[in-house]
Amino acid sequence: MKKRNNSERRGMSRTKDFTLQFLPYAEIKDLDSNNRIRRILEIIREDTILILQGKLKPEEESKLIKDTMNLIRGFESFRGVELAIVSNYSDRSLIDKIKRNIVNLLYGGDLDVITIIGPATIVKEIKKNPKKIELFLKK
Amino acid sequence: MAAITIFKDFFSRMFFNIFKNKKEIKLGFYGPPNAGKTSLANRICKDFTGEEIGEVSKIPHQTRTVQFKEKVEISYKGKKMTFKLIDTPGIATKIDYEDFLKYKMSKKDAKERAKEATQGVIESIKWLDDMDLVVIVLDAAENPYNQVNITIVGNLAARKIPVLIVANKIDLKKADIKKIEAAFPEYEVVGISARYGKNLEEFYESLFKLSKKV
Repeated sequence: MKKRNNSERRGMSRTKDFTLQFLPYAEIKDLDSNNRIRRILEIIREDTILILQGKLKPEEESKLIKDTMNLIRGFESFRGVELAIVSNYSDRSLIDKIKRNIVNLLYGGDLDVITIIGPATIVKEIKKNPKKIELFLKK
Repeated sequence: MAAITIFKDFFSRMFFNIFKNKKEIKLGFYGPPNAGKTSLANRICKDFTGEEIGEVSKIPHQTRTVQFKEKVEISYKGKKMTFKLIDTPGIATKIDYEDFLKYKMSKKDAKERAKEATQGVIESIKWLDDMDLVVIVLDAAENPYNQVNITIVGNLAARKIPVLIVANKIDLKKADIKKIEAAFPEYEVVGISARYGKNLEEFYESLFKLSKKV
């Protein structure tokens, strides 16, 4: 986690309390897409930043956004989520990619990546570029 | 008898092809809020119909409902294609009404705008299934490694919908097309300025090329 700069740190404003939770892929592997999204959003709504092993399918990501929008409409204190997927695919050769696809097929999911999802009331921004990821918190 | 059947088949195929070529291509404009989707759609509409599709604003989520312009005939280098332009609300993972207060908006208006914006995001996602071709409009001065951009691209790839990525706002000093090209190496990226009408020739060239895949 990274704070913006020293002067901001001296500003003494405090970040909201939060929990960091790791969710192994095995825990959501057998759930259908609806229940997978529901489980993730239930965790996020408890002021928790979730580190999920693996990633959602594209259609699950768009469903997550749709369900997030419905939650914003339903609950004034909920403002949405920040999310990022972290992987290092770009450094790999074709053989590595084939190996990874076989492993993913066996496990039923892409375990070589992590997904970070946090409530927008706590996570201000997740800055990502191919080499690093920075998580900025709200004050 | 066989000759009549072949003759009938030939004519039905010929009429089908004529009809197919005259079909409107449903062209969607997708992207995060404030990237310039409506500015680009307006530029195209203004050039070929004389009318605009929607209002633009500096305040994010100005487009909160899906907007259309039917039968837009685009001519480029002697070729003509007819499109139905579909301008969609910006897709976001968070909408905080307090962000709108910075634009001197009343709390009531800000809350209403946020509520409408959430519905707009849902509508945009629902419309993904109906597109023939999508132009993803990104702000060339912003970091392209944003999960919303990746989610839009991933969903279109899963649906096998042809995609053209537009790096808008190349008139800005911070604009970096190479960064967008590096983020989406599998897609063609065209740098434009919808506001000033810069590099639209290249955009139309790419659009016509991609339309052949529909």
